[in-house]
Amino acid sequence: MKEYICVVCPRGCHLSVDEENDYAVSGNSCLRGEAYGRGEAKHPTRIVTSTVRVRSAVHPRCPVKTDKPIGKEDMGEAIRLLDEVELIPPVRRGDIVIASLFGSGTNFISTRDIDE
Amino acid sequence: MRDHYQLIVIGGGPAGLGAAFSARRGGLDHILIVERDVELGGILNQCIHNGFGLHYFGEELTGPEYAGRLIDRLAGLGIDILCDAMALEIMPGEQEHSLRLVSADAGYRLVTCEAVVLAMGCRERTRGAIQIPGTRAAGIFTAGTAQRYVNIEGCMVGRRVIILGSGDIGLIMARRMTLEGAEVLACVELLPYSGGLTRNIVQCLQDFNIPLFLSHTITKIEGKDRVKRVTVQQVDENFRPIDGTEMYYDVDTVLLSVGLIPENELSRAAGVEIDPKTSGPVVYENRETSIPGIFACGNVLHVHDLVDFVTEESESAGEAAAAYVLRRSDTDKVRGRDEDHTGKSGDPRQASCFSLVPDQTIAYTVPQRIRPACVDNVVRVYFRVKAPYKTPKQIVFRDGERRIVASFRRPYMAPGEMEHVVLKRALLDGVRGDHLTVSVEEIS
Repeated sequence: MKEYICVVCPRGCHLSVDEENDYAVSGNSCLRGEAYGRGEAKHPTRIVTSTVRVRSAVHPRCPVKTDKPIGKEDMGEAIRLLDEVELIPPVRRGDIVIASLFGSGTNFISTRDIDE
Repeated sequence: MRDHYQLIVIGGGPAGLGAAFSARRGGLDHILIVERDVELGGILNQCIHNGFGLHYFGEELTGPEYAGRLIDRLAGLGIDILCDAMALEIMPGEQEHSLRLVSADAGYRLVTCEAVVLAMGCRERTRGAIQIPGTRAAGIFTAGTAQRYVNIEGCMVGRRVIILGSGDIGLIMARRMTLEGAEVLACVELLPYSGGLTRNIVQCLQDFNIPLFLSHTITKIEGKDRVKRVTVQQVDENFRPIDGTEMYYDVDTVLLSVGLIPENELSRAAGVEIDPKTSGPVVYENRETSIPGIFACGNVLHVHDLVDFVTEESESAGEAAAAYVLRRSDTDKVRGRDEDHTGKSGDPRQASCFSLVPDQTIAYTVPQRIRPACVDNVVRVYFRVKAPYKTPKQIVFRDGERRIVASFRRPYMAPGEMEHVVLKRALLDGVRGDHLTVSVEEIS
């Protein structure tokens, strides 16, 4: 049995997920809570955001994010990969910063425009 | 830049950007945005995490992406933008308002306008505001300052960190500092519940096994040049530290996330009436302040949890400012339009008005005043409760004769989550007396 606090809405239901019983969720008040609980128990994922260096007079850093959620366990490693990156302006929102993290098809993309 | 504008928006963050956009759409041609930073976007630029825009854009965006969309929307609309500039003073007048501005590019300028939108946002409470005993060592930051150093300037602010206050910015910074290689030892909250969103407690603290101590506070900061050690103690129900509960943390950095204060120095100096409950201007249903032609929206009006609601609010303030300017410049034409489309009549200044009065269960309401004759169909009333409610309760509106005008059921409520209800025009017309009391009550 694993315990979670649901984050789908502000209510914050206390969920129990039974891994041995096909990830049955209890304590939820709605279907979205059930899906959240099951996802957290099976394979928790997060969108990861950070910054990378950029060769700009105005902006030392460019913010980035993963364009899809990645496994929670991969967050630290993904962030370390960003240390190697330096962007050269112009940068556009959505530009790929690191393509296909760990060969997964998920990219780090820029989240702002930097003109110069 | 012109010497006279129809509307000047003070602040180029989400509130200012929303107000300028909707005022332009509402028919104004000459609008100026004055921004203190070197670029538009406000604090969203440093909020690189995601979770913005679910309500307004229907998708999850990061702060810079949300700001980027608002900025892109203004392109080609002919709105003047003055960055790296300060509004020094607003001088309200009968016919028009004057503003003293100063910027590196334009120098000192005296500019006149018909309407002003206050969108200056808020700032963080500091160590001075909460008076933590101890030395004045380096390494004590408000969470938002640390966020700017890390995310915009690219400077780490410390290696071993403790966070005081469980507001959202503090929680977000707990995760951010951890991902950047710092060790966050604990998050300490004075109240018996967290002021942050549940989602942030889970994804910023629990994901990284950072303990959250409720009903605790920092009672001492030690260190000569740099912070060396802090003392954390449990507090009793009167927030007094309990002897014998001391815990010691060897840290080099203390981040404070202990509340936000609307930044109303300009508003106060201009004579705008301030609500002590929100620390923001008292406003009517259209976000107009006590001074005709001066409107307010966003965190300068009351501190919001979600930027989506700031955008919503600023768009109505911008629309109202546009309507105000157009009504003055062409009274006949606008009167015709009012009758055709909105059913409004006459000058809003002459309309009868009542106040919303929160009882001891409600922290505040926005708006604070409603003129039923100026409400198109509905008015949204935003409020916060003072304590968390885990079981269903009802929000009750009673008029001057204690008659229930409206009630709304809520399954749960928390001070950290702004609530709103929708009051219909028909209900407002039936209000007797000069006020409506708002309270949380048991469901009868």
